[in-house]
Amino acid sequence: MWEKVKSFASEFFVTGDPMIYGADVSIVLVTLAIIVGLSYFKKWGWLWREWLTTVDHKKIGIMYIIASFIMLFRGGVDALLMRAQLAMPNMEFLAADHYNQVFTTHGVIMILFMAMPFMFGLFNVIVPLQIGARDVAYPFLNALSFWLFFSGAMLFNLSFVIGGSPDAGWLAYPPYSGLMHNPGVGQDFYIWGIQISGIGSLMTGINFIVTILKMRAPGMKLMKMPMFPWSVLSSCIAIIFSFPILTATLALLFLDRYAGAHFFTLDGGGNPMMYINLIWMWGHPEVYIIVLPAFGIFSEIVSTFAKKKLFGYKSMVFAMIIISVLSFLVWAHHFFTMGSGADVNAFFALTTMLIAIPTGVKVFNWLFTMFRGKITFETPMLWTIGFIPCFVTGGMTGVLLSVAPADFQFHNSYFLVAHFHHVIIGGVVFGYFAGLYYWWPKLFGFKLNERIGKWAFWLWNIGFYLCFMPQYVLGLMGMTRRVYTYGWDKGWWEMNLVSTIGAGFMGIAFLFQIWQIIYSVKHLKKDETGDPWNGRTLEWSIPSPAPLYNFATLPQVSDQDEWWEEKQRRANGQQVPAKPVLEPIHMPKNSGIPIVMSMCWFLAGFGFVFHWQWLTIPGLIGVVACMLVHSFNYNNDYYIPVDEITRTESELRKVTS
Amino acid sequence: MAQHETAHEESHGSLKTYSIGFLCSIVLTIIPIAIVLGGWFDGMVSKVVLMGAAALQFIVQLIFFMHLREEQKPRYNLMALILGIVILLIIVVGSMWIMLYNMVAV
Repeated sequence: MWEKVKSFASEFFVTGDPMIYGADVSIVLVTLAIIVGLSYFKKWGWLWREWLTTVDHKKIGIMYIIASFIMLFRGGVDALLMRAQLAMPNMEFLAADHYNQVFTTHGVIMILFMAMPFMFGLFNVIVPLQIGARDVAYPFLNALSFWLFFSGAMLFNLSFVIGGSPDAGWLAYPPYSGLMHNPGVGQDFYIWGIQISGIGSLMTGINFIVTILKMRAPGMKLMKMPMFPWSVLSSCIAIIFSFPILTATLALLFLDRYAGAHFFTLDGGGNPMMYINLIWMWGHPEVYIIVLPAFGIFSEIVSTFAKKKLFGYKSMVFAMIIISVLSFLVWAHHFFTMGSGADVNAFFALTTMLIAIPTGVKVFNWLFTMFRGKITFETPMLWTIGFIPCFVTGGMTGVLLSVAPADFQFHNSYFLVAHFHHVIIGGVVFGYFAGLYYWWPKLFGFKLNERIGKWAFWLWNIGFYLCFMPQYVLGLMGMTRRVYTYGWDKGWWEMNLVSTIGAGFMGIAFLFQIWQIIYSVKHLKKDETGDPWNGRTLEWSIPSPAPLYNFATLPQVSDQDEWWEEKQRRANGQQVPAKPVLEPIHMPKNSGIPIVMSMCWFLAGFGFVFHWQWLTIPGLIGVVACMLVHSFNYNNDYYIPVDEITRTESELRKVTS
Repeated sequence: MAQHETAHEESHGSLKTYSIGFLCSIVLTIIPIAIVLGGWFDGMVSKVVLMGAAALQFIVQLIFFMHLREEQKPRYNLMALILGIVILLIIVVGSMWIMLYNMVAV
């Protein structure tokens, strides 16, 4: 009996690496600390009522952002481990298969479990406020999306202590990700982690399209909508058309591994190239999905801090929509070297170069918005200004990569690694940081410390260029991606060492950001105005943090930068703020079903990974039961009475009015 | 929340339309299964019949369950459908083009 348990445990848990044991210990300690802390302060009920069951878009957004910061930490540690291994030739810090696992989880976590939830978090907290709505179109679905993402992310992250991590790269190309070459459970963790969170992403895409199309404040025509919701709309259009491709592709890979199918195997009529073709049909739109909202954020910030209307509003809108549709026409540039012939490569090289045009339009729009503006350099604006040169140069190396004949040289070299980090860190990460700093006061009611924020900004930027510029050179010198070590004879070590130092700078910068948050909470300077940046759009017209119902009375919109115009009108005495006529507000009730249903998905996914039917079947039954319970629950809304609104408003607006 | 109470007046089909739709989709599912399992046709004929059944199934779903005909203006569903079909064509035609020219696959 004891022997049986021992042999099961040695298979089930990952053993042998001291770093993994360290991780095991810290996971257990942190979990214990959370449980003890919550019990000691008697906060379980509060946690359940206020957070775990909430359907409030602002709280869901905050949970998304917290989760993405935890994932940024894990993905960042993975990155530092890799850079440590590559710092010098012939390092023996990570073994080859461990290195494979680390670069796989780094890629998956950073794109799917860091960038996506960070983006969804910003969608959630800001879009309803900017379009003058009281919530998203489907609040229940929104909570369910979050918890599905969270379950998927946890399932994926569990793999490094239980069962073993996936090691087939962030897109898991077969045949290596097939059962024949990869019999462990890591690849199944990958499939189910992404599948479960993918359902959530798709639902969020639908939710925000409907919210933006149907729930704008009266008078806000589409062409008077702020730029961030436009970017969200174009990003969500790409989500709803591309995520089903990912789901289908991974389902086929799952069938190959679980049911012995032959879609992507080398024998039995399968073709691994088809997987590469399909996965990039999602993979390419995916990078535009995450970068478009960043463009929206920069547009808002540039016009706020230059104190000017955004230059070229219409061209910006068209550029975003064109990018979101064109993103479906370029996927083959990821495998020019596959051998599809000159016609195919020429077509996809051209479509890729075309995308540079709308992107260039946007850069000029931002520059012209700043031109002759009275710019102030607070942290959100700093990140924006850091972004522009970074993204322009990163985009240009992308145009170099899109030249199909030249790509045969660059393909899968460090040149490519440098390029996509250049645009994703310079575009996406800088963009979301800018957005977080910009909207932080709206979320929590106070600004983050500017001095530490500037330190973090400069450390991030210096670290970024130190880390990735040498990698372009390394790529041209012949260093291929995913090598885990190299010899002294290659002449790569100086560049690699510089790159590792740069990565260390970024790690320190992240610590500065955490310190910045802690410091700002300790030295709290409450923002009483609700409009600390002298903003232009509707979210700044309400107190911070926004009350549960967002707007006591729905705003009437007549201009593009409605709140700015309103402030002008009030200053000129043309308009006195109207005495609001309050009505009871219709709100959705909290629900525990999303979290329970996601836990059932988690169990089902875990069962699929280990081929445990006794766990899969109850898990799936739980999912169906949750759906049924929710469909027959008619008691899911309530009204906030007028006197409660009056009380909340007078408390919040004590100082402002 | 007040906004979407007013938008609930459009009709969502009756028992009759749902039954017809359900029957049609069942029949259109059984035909392909029977063809494959029974081996009635082979080669080109079976391919055409299978694809035809799939296309009809798609239309049945759109009309009876997605209520495409009953939509009011602005016709977001129709626009989304057209964009969806365009992207679907890109995916299918693009994949066939890429994979047919793929020297490795032959």
